[in-house]
Amino acid sequence: MAEREMRRAGMLCLLVQAFLALALARVANAAETIDIRIAYLRSSETKLAISVLDAPPKDDGIAGALVAINDNNTTGQFINQKFYLEDVKLNPDQDPAKIVSELIAKGTSYIVTDLPAAMLLKTADTAKASGVLVFNAGATDDSLREENCRANVLHTAPARSMLADGLAQYLVWKQWRNWFLISGSHENDKLWAEALKRAAIRFGAVVVEERVFEDRGASRQTDSGNVLIQREIPVFTQGAPEHDVVVAADESEVFATYLPYRTWIARPVVGSAGLVASSWHPSHEQWGAKQIQNRFVKATGRRMNSKDMQAWTAVRIIGEATTRAPSTDLAAVTTFIKSPDFSIAAFKGQRVTFRQWNWQLRQPVLLSDGRNVVSVSPQEGFLHQFSELDTLGIDQPETKCKLQ
Amino acid sequence: MYWRMTAAAMALCVTISSAHAFSIYVSNEKDNTITVVDSVSLEPVKTVKVGQRPRGIAVTRDGKFILVCASDDDTIEMIDATTFERVGTLPSGPDPELLTLSPDGKTLYVANEDDNLITIIDMESKSVVNEIPVGVEPEGMGISPDGKTLVNTSETTNMAHFVDTATHKIVQNVLVDQRPRFAEFKSDNSQVWVSSEIGGTVSVIDNKTFQVIKKISFDIPGLRSEAIQPVGVRITKDGKKAFVALGPANRVAVINAETFEVLDYLLVGQRVWQLAFTPDEKFIISTNGVSNDISVIDVNELTVLKSILVGQLPWGIAVSPN
Repeated sequence: MAEREMRRAGMLCLLVQAFLALALARVANAAETIDIRIAYLRSSETKLAISVLDAPPKDDGIAGALVAINDNNTTGQFINQKFYLEDVKLNPDQDPAKIVSELIAKGTSYIVTDLPAAMLLKTADTAKASGVLVFNAGATDDSLREENCRANVLHTAPARSMLADGLAQYLVWKQWRNWFLISGSHENDKLWAEALKRAAIRFGAVVVEERVFEDRGASRQTDSGNVLIQREIPVFTQGAPEHDVVVAADESEVFATYLPYRTWIARPVVGSAGLVASSWHPSHEQWGAKQIQNRFVKATGRRMNSKDMQAWTAVRIIGEATTRAPSTDLAAVTTFIKSPDFSIAAFKGQRVTFRQWNWQLRQPVLLSDGRNVVSVSPQEGFLHQFSELDTLGIDQPETKCKLQ
Repeated sequence: MYWRMTAAAMALCVTISSAHAFSIYVSNEKDNTITVVDSVSLEPVKTVKVGQRPRGIAVTRDGKFILVCASDDDTIEMIDATTFERVGTLPSGPDPELLTLSPDGKTLYVANEDDNLITIIDMESKSVVNEIPVGVEPEGMGISPDGKTLVNTSETTNMAHFVDTATHKIVQNVLVDQRPRFAEFKSDNSQVWVSSEIGGTVSVIDNKTFQVIKKISFDIPGLRSEAIQPVGVRITKDGKKAFVALGPANRVAVINAETFEVLDYLLVGQRVWQLAFTPDEKFIISTNGVSNDISVIDVNELTVLKSILVGQLPWGIAVSPN
């Protein structure tokens, strides 16, 4: 081809491309923006911690949901989708039914919750008729995945049994098989202790003794409090049979943080203090997590906690599915999320997926010492016929869940 | 006879020693260095101290400078390829991860993971020409050999963004599988291949219609599918063979780039991420992050020739053009 011809062909090509680009731009403008409304329900109970450093921030959870809304909207700008988040605070033990009905009437398609089990169940049952999908980003109760499971509730929060199994695998890998278990006296402490005892049996550890630390209503930290605790804890932990670790089950934050360095004999503390299992950690940076952490810090001024990540994951699942499903309507997106091939990238080194039998998100469990991530479970060598992530928590053959 | 053999042997020696030696540059993310490896002796010849968390790496078209993203220093360092002195920095924007040079070597395109931006840098004035907003966590950067199209992948948005390099405008966004990490054009500009680390696939996108014409997936007996995480992609100039690094699967897949059929899986080191050809395409070299080494693969024989210990967590790789 002569040079002039080539140039002419090139010009023509450019023109065609320009027309195409214009046409595409027009299609994009013409297409109406689809609004997707998500509500975030949380109960406003303030939680105290033994250490002020451990008191959860006021925007714990919701902050993650907001970062995910931004992420969804960055993607949405290319495909005419806009995501909205409504923050709804409930009082502890408030019946959520009325608010949930109102939200649904206003066009809310998805509800992300950080609520206690009973309130979550009320939310789910109120939402059921409308088809609105509920994401549990806060409650770790196994009962919500087992006898009280619901077909319209998906769990991005890990269950206690998953966290306990993640911790137990590491302890067994370390050959720390003899556990001295100290449990709190509140209901949630007992559930956590049950999960840990189950994990011990599952992975071949032994609870050599269990003691209950009664909550007598003492305040957290007081003037001269240290002196008292220094005398109390060694005595409390005295006389236990030979053990490798002290396992604390204290979700209520009554005593666990007092255990390290104060036990009768020198033993590491795990469970609710020392080495702690969680879905996320503010120091976690592997597998691209540095990017989400940076994004989160920029948006909030603090680092990301487990609840933030669980909420982020829920909102990102909604975004991801809305982007990919054949249609953006609730039914199509729900079908897409519930299909066995659905997965989401969550900065944990592998794709995470839902267990089809109870809609629990399979996920690696992080073990951290408060400063850094020490290890990530499942540990090497804990095998499974379908997914190694199913070595964490209650597996399909043992489930009591009948989805309805 | 003896003389003839000696002569033949000598001729062979001459051929071997006259084989052109390229320099292989490997960025070591953990110990803030670049390892320089000689492509003939296949031995490390030098370790160069660079900025913090070196990841993406490239060589200027004339071979005179090494460009390395010092991610934690928010800059791109320019290193003299003869003296290995740092001669300057480029204004990369925050947390630069991957970069690509225009075919004429005049423009540098950088993915800024934290800011959802592509930064365009003029190499002569060393200044930022433009910034293009893209999806969440931009990473992969592929430039078409004709220089007209830049493809950026955004890891959380899961799209390949096609950018017109003349107008700096996005012309198309193509949805691919999760966590797209790398974009590589065929030498005839016809296709761009995008790897999805978490999705476990490579999408072959037609550069004219922007359609995904093929999604290549991988199946390695005895490995969980979650462990197959494609990252680096390279295609031979003749468009016949493609190589895909499969992350924690510890293998490099060999693909017939015309039929998209996976031909073989070559076992390399642990957590294999990036790949680079030597300019003569005799070898393709992989960076194996967890085993702290690189593997040299013979492109014709499809065998792994050697593993070479480099620094800690080798990440990116580039080979001198001359």
